[in-house]
Amino acid sequence: MGVISAIGNNVAESLTSLEAMKSGIGTLENVTSRHKEIVPVGEVKSTNEELTVLAGLKPAEQSTRTALLGLIAAQEAVKSAGITNIKEFRTGIISATSVGGMGMTENLWYQYLDTKISGDWLKYIEAHECGDSTEFIADHLGVKEYLSTISTACSSSANAIMFGARLIKHGILDRVIVGGTDSMARFTINGFMTLMILDKEQCKPFDASRQGLNLGEGAGFIVIESEKASKGKEIYAELSGYGNSNDAYHQTASSPDGAGAYLAMEKAFKISGLKPSDIDYINAHGTGTAINDLSEGTAIDRLFSKNVPSISSTKAYTGHTLGACAAIEAIFSILAIKHNEIFPNLNYKTPMEELSFKPTTVLEKNKKIDHVLSNSFGFGGNTSALIFSRHQKN
Amino acid sequence: MEAFINGIGIISPQKTFDTTDFLSEVIEHNSKCLACVEPSYKEFLNPTLARRMARIIKMSIAASSVCFKDAKVEMPDAIMTGTALGCLEDTEKFLLAIIENDEQFLTPTSFIQSTHNTVSAQIALQLKCMNYNFTYVHKGFSFESAVLDALMTLAEGEAKNILVGGHDEMTDKYYRVCDRIGYWKAEDSVPTMELINSKTSGSIGGEGASFFILSNAKSDSSYAKLLGVKNIYKPESNQEVEIKITELLTANSLTANDIDVVVYGNNGDGRFDKTYTHLQNNLLKNSTATYFKHLCGEYQTAGSFALWLAAKVLKTQTIPSAILMGENKSKSIKHLLIYNTFLDVDHSVYLLSQC
Repeated sequence: MGVISAIGNNVAESLTSLEAMKSGIGTLENVTSRHKEIVPVGEVKSTNEELTVLAGLKPAEQSTRTALLGLIAAQEAVKSAGITNIKEFRTGIISATSVGGMGMTENLWYQYLDTKISGDWLKYIEAHECGDSTEFIADHLGVKEYLSTISTACSSSANAIMFGARLIKHGILDRVIVGGTDSMARFTINGFMTLMILDKEQCKPFDASRQGLNLGEGAGFIVIESEKASKGKEIYAELSGYGNSNDAYHQTASSPDGAGAYLAMEKAFKISGLKPSDIDYINAHGTGTAINDLSEGTAIDRLFSKNVPSISSTKAYTGHTLGACAAIEAIFSILAIKHNEIFPNLNYKTPMEELSFKPTTVLEKNKKIDHVLSNSFGFGGNTSALIFSRHQKN
Repeated sequence: MEAFINGIGIISPQKTFDTTDFLSEVIEHNSKCLACVEPSYKEFLNPTLARRMARIIKMSIAASSVCFKDAKVEMPDAIMTGTALGCLEDTEKFLLAIIENDEQFLTPTSFIQSTHNTVSAQIALQLKCMNYNFTYVHKGFSFESAVLDALMTLAEGEAKNILVGGHDEMTDKYYRVCDRIGYWKAEDSVPTMELINSKTSGSIGGEGASFFILSNAKSDSSYAKLLGVKNIYKPESNQEVEIKITELLTANSLTANDIDVVVYGNNGDGRFDKTYTHLQNNLLKNSTATYFKHLCGEYQTAGSFALWLAAKVLKTQTIPSAILMGENKSKSIKHLLIYNTFLDVDHSVYLLSQC
């Protein structure tokens, strides 16, 4: 596993922040925007130059923020999986992103169109494409067997995890690096502002007085290996279930009853062979918007017949990292299994009267966590659910 | 893994919208950027809705509607699309609004429609289809990823009929931006039928929206059988390409000699045709060579146009002279390969058979 977000540059730092209930939401620093003082964000507090150094690259190798964040997380994932020779097994990468290289495009667009000027920055034209960050990461890691990129808005990296796992299931790959990366951009800040779903304070998932989400940035990658490739290694968890569905209700808003969310969770249970009562913890999508939390909460209440296990959203730590959030939260879910603890839902005070459950608000240690459900939903009705389980030794 | 191509709907720079026709009239563009021949959208969308939609969304909804009708499928069990650039027009519109209005007075419509998954989402929304829904966005592998996902899903028994699409649109500004990094030819114009003979660098721009129903069973409307797709990322040698193609053939108990026709992705760019030339002179020298990018232009999901062409060749058992690179060596067409690359980085190969 490898992760970088507003609460840490790696897995160890992220775990420390999660346990200390330390949010990474603060003032925007690395993107120029007139909304800087109004909209708090979950930003990685390093410039692109600093990220280039962190990734072990030369200044000339600098790429988009999306690609750099992705490479840093993917490097950590490969290292933590104990991979020394990437060519030893058929290895692929499935990444996810929503904005791709937009962070550069929005600064350079008029320069691109002005044929009188040119420079090294012309390289960012191709970097606009979502697939570019994936190829950048693959080239630096030496991954060649299979590459793909998924963009289904805020559920993107759940789908990357799902697709990667299926490539192994079908024997197309032995090992796959799956996850997602997204960086802060004026494009998304302004887009979400027009939708009026940004909270001007820290977001309050599942709270009755919630005002919206905080945008975040970051990357998360997981190495999934076949039984053959993982032989003799420490296995953090198994992906035991996955489900993908579409809400087919509205281009940006979830249905009030969370029909798509319900279907995605139901499919994940079917694949896993588990029952809702087997789940020890739900890492909710929980963005803090009025609509998401109601829709998701209603679907959870229905699926769990109002016997909802421990549940929290970790969005108030990292902000909503869009295409990366499902991968980052998958890592938090695996950490919950590994350390037998539940990370609290920050900023929660008042229960929503529509829902039967209250999220966990303090760090709960020494809880046996064997199965975690992690939800991710996006624009376009894309809904996905993943179930991670403690590895059962044969 | 295999799938039957049971329906097609395609809008391209050729007259492809009528599924019964097969290049009876080739439009000879004399341009460096080929635009789609668009139908009237009245039949597919109500005018109020259509006014708010960008061209690529309208094209995709119309093409997918024709595809459903062609396959006699009302509700797909899954929707998978590939697009490298997503909804470019809306993305540019919102980007320009941000820059020109200094982040003020913005409206959400173009932002909402700018996300890469807008097309697959809009199709789902129109159909009220709550099934599996995916959007792949990896440059020259975007459409090929969707096709592989469909093949895997059919093999898993999770679906009977899957809508698979490839769509990318060209805009005036994006054409100019890509011109700065040598995507297009420097010549003033390149006549369609002369593209293949060009040896200069750069190609011609293109666009399209192509949709297919891939099914687990043959039907009255079947065009062809898709036996597999393989991606080859940055091949280091011609040998590596030949090994990958042979793997695909062997997995289907075939050899290169069984391939009657090859559809090549030659785009007139002298820098990037070496793999095509090698295959044509070596492993695939006995097959009839055809090409397609002079008809649709170069774009990341052009593989979806090639798949339409391949399906039509297999179904009609004809090879229009406009796509022949040399002589037609095939009496009957049983097996067909598509070999395509985008910028010599993302290479892909498809294997199809008559059904």
